[in-house]
Amino acid sequence: MAEPTSPLRVALAGHVDHGKSTLVGRLVHDTGSLPEGKLEAIRASSAKRGMPFEWAFLLDAFQAERDQGITIDTTQVWLKTKKRGYTLVDAPGHKEFLRNMVTGAAAADGALLVVDAKEGVREQSRRHAFLLGLLGLTQIVVAVNKMDLVGYDRARFTEVAHAIEAYLGSLGIAPKAVIPVSGREGDNIVGRSEAMVWYRGPTLVETIDGFQPLPSPVDQPLRFPIQDVYKFDERRIIAGRIESGRLKVGDTLAFAPGGRKARIASIEAWPENAKPSEAEAGRSIGVTLDDQIFVERGQIGHHEGSAPAETNSLRVRIVWLGREPLLRGKRYKLKLATAEHQVEVQTIERVIDTADLASRSAEAVVAGDIAEIVLRTRATLAVDDSKVLPRTGRFVLVDAYDVAGGGTVALDSHARVRREGIKSTNIKREEGRVALAERWQANGHKSGILWLTGLSGAGKSTLAVELEQHLFRKGWHVTVLDGDNIRHGLSADLGFSPEDRTENIRRIGEVAALFARAGMIVITAFISPYREDRDGARKIAPELFHEIHVKADLATCEQRDPKGHYKKARAGLIPEFTGISAPYEAPASPELVVDTAANSLEACLGQLTAYVERTLGS
Amino acid sequence: MAEAAANFGGSTQRRGWLNKRLMDHLDALEAQSVYILREAFNKLDPLGLLWSLGKDSNVMVWLCRKAFFGRVPFPALFCDTGKKFPEMYAFRDRYAAEWGLNLNQEPCPPVEEMDPTLPPAARSSARKTYALKNLVQRLKLKAVIAGIRRDEDATRAKERYFSPRGENAEWDVREQPPELWDQFKTEFAPGTHIRVHPLLHWTELDVWRYIRREKIPVVELYFAKGGKRYRSLGDQDITHPMTSNASNLDEIIAELEATRTPERAGRAMDHEAEDSFERLRVAGYM
Repeated sequence: MAEPTSPLRVALAGHVDHGKSTLVGRLVHDTGSLPEGKLEAIRASSAKRGMPFEWAFLLDAFQAERDQGITIDTTQVWLKTKKRGYTLVDAPGHKEFLRNMVTGAAAADGALLVVDAKEGVREQSRRHAFLLGLLGLTQIVVAVNKMDLVGYDRARFTEVAHAIEAYLGSLGIAPKAVIPVSGREGDNIVGRSEAMVWYRGPTLVETIDGFQPLPSPVDQPLRFPIQDVYKFDERRIIAGRIESGRLKVGDTLAFAPGGRKARIASIEAWPENAKPSEAEAGRSIGVTLDDQIFVERGQIGHHEGSAPAETNSLRVRIVWLGREPLLRGKRYKLKLATAEHQVEVQTIERVIDTADLASRSAEAVVAGDIAEIVLRTRATLAVDDSKVLPRTGRFVLVDAYDVAGGGTVALDSHARVRREGIKSTNIKREEGRVALAERWQANGHKSGILWLTGLSGAGKSTLAVELEQHLFRKGWHVTVLDGDNIRHGLSADLGFSPEDRTENIRRIGEVAALFARAGMIVITAFISPYREDRDGARKIAPELFHEIHVKADLATCEQRDPKGHYKKARAGLIPEFTGISAPYEAPASPELVVDTAANSLEACLGQLTAYVERTLGS
Repeated sequence: MAEAAANFGGSTQRRGWLNKRLMDHLDALEAQSVYILREAFNKLDPLGLLWSLGKDSNVMVWLCRKAFFGRVPFPALFCDTGKKFPEMYAFRDRYAAEWGLNLNQEPCPPVEEMDPTLPPAARSSARKTYALKNLVQRLKLKAVIAGIRRDEDATRAKERYFSPRGENAEWDVREQPPELWDQFKTEFAPGTHIRVHPLLHWTELDVWRYIRREKIPVVELYFAKGGKRYRSLGDQDITHPMTSNASNLDEIIAELEATRTPERAGRAMDHEAEDSFERLRVAGYM
């Protein structure tokens, strides 16, 4: 006997009182899917309340639902057509129960949108349709219901059908069918309607039988978010569910963020004789690695060459469900696959009015709103574009103890977000009780940022290290921030594009300012080619900032080429190399210029130390 | 138990993963339940597993061992009404040992202490709620895993995978958390208790097909003897057998594929009043 396929999940949506529950009751009954005794129970419940037969009681399980005639929570009913089984997920149409609608629809393969023929397209019809799109549901059938109440009028149907098709069209959704039905009378649900012979399209059941199950993302890039690491015995098992792609024993896995790598030594399973050698999307598995690298819950395993993006800022579209509004500057917990991150709302770009898709700017996003916002995370986040890999491109936001919203990530513009910089307005610098002047007095010298800028090979690092040693021997408090130690840690997530260079410099500027405010002299040695970026770093602590141009012409630097970078850049092996394929913008009015092409190292160092002792000495 | 064991030699051989490219329906159900169990284990500590000895809770033990590589790394909880069938107690003794369960039992308080306004069978069932509350307090459990399914009952159809309960285990049906994209509620105000429902998306048929595929032991009362079998197992005095000749797993599955009778038809407490089961559940019943 063949094992059955999974039932197709169809979500119901539509404005309150447009007859969803009645339609579902009819659908379940007419397909012969109603459990024995249920019809009698519904009849009894209806009679008890002095109502004519009420199909909605099939879905309304709670006393309050039956008494008030409303559906409070999402529910599921099972349906069998000749073709296959279905799980129908009913989502209440009331505005305040939107979170239940989202809960119900998030896992569906397709949706049935119900519109009242008499009332036409209403607020919740549009909002629900928009949400279905946001949740990634594009297989939609529209039932224009209660046709019996408009005398099965063809013109009225055409009018309503055009309105909903136009709205769905503006969301980029083409419904599989728009069908005139009557839930109460059963027209065009399973059987064809005799009252509407003018309608020649498919019935409701024919249309949902044409829906396709969502394809399993087995052929997409591998995403294996770590759910837990188990050490029940001598094995160290990395447990998780494959969200997309496939893996096999022997594959090299890299884990984002961070990029640590190891090979899959085994795929563990119980019973032990069922250990597989490969596994694909959808499976909850456990692997052991050949190297005991440190990995933890939240990191995403992937194959080399197809890594998720790593970023600190996200442009997202959200639906907000929280009791409290979402506010700019406020912090939330973001949960994406198995990762959790503290995020701050950097900007609320726009709130979308689902009635006409118009945008408005807003300071807050309230429950039921759909908005585009920018989130900034403290730690680097591994993420995909939701259009490409939805399972690792969507997330929820938690406010205090509650899931308060869900959203999808659009990655194409994240670089632009970074350039816009930090706009937080609610952060007040903590002043503390130790004044900077007191630190200077205690240390015996002033503090400051010595920002060395210049071409690669100009001598920045050499001078920085020499100067540090010189000052340290004098008993001064000094440290160096240079390219390698920053790029390996603080900016490990950044590349060399203009956007990433800008962000790298911003971070260095912030760190340097923290050191300087703590009383230290901090020497930075970065090419920092863009004037705007250096000016940005200066703005963080202008009173402590000293821009020092370590100057040498390109020919000299290229001749020195201490790391062989120029040779590689000329060969085209290093893209965007400053001086060769990317610009260097020399400082307009630096505090000091040290010309290493014209002078010896000793002379340059002497010039530097003299400047430092003059400006920072007590 | 020999008779019951003979039933597990079912007709469908377990296919190895090796030669299988895509998951089938039972694989998908299993993977989702394992994911939920692992989320619960990672986020909710201490955790307990309700083991009622019924088919669903045996499937749950099995899924735990799949999720945790042969182990059930938290206590199993048994609320003893003292009125279970002798076959059930025998099953408990054998498999608690065989499966290496850390079994914690709690006697249910007498029916006289239950809400007198409940109908008789529901009042009898309410005893289990109190035993569970005692277990939760004694073991200081943050959360309890229960094997309920949406297709069993209309109120269970409205459940969440991670369902928060108040200090007295009460269920606030109007304020259920949103649950999307397998992001469950894992942050709680102090005093909140959690019910975790990893089998919520399974149907009765799914459970039997999985039992057949995995050869999971079940109490022999499920198999017909003398034209009667139990479809759902509870206390002796409030559970009734159905007319059936299904004496092995294949026959049970064939029977369920054809029936339109609800699973809990033989459980008296569901049918005494329109809202008796809802009242039980809102007060903390499983």
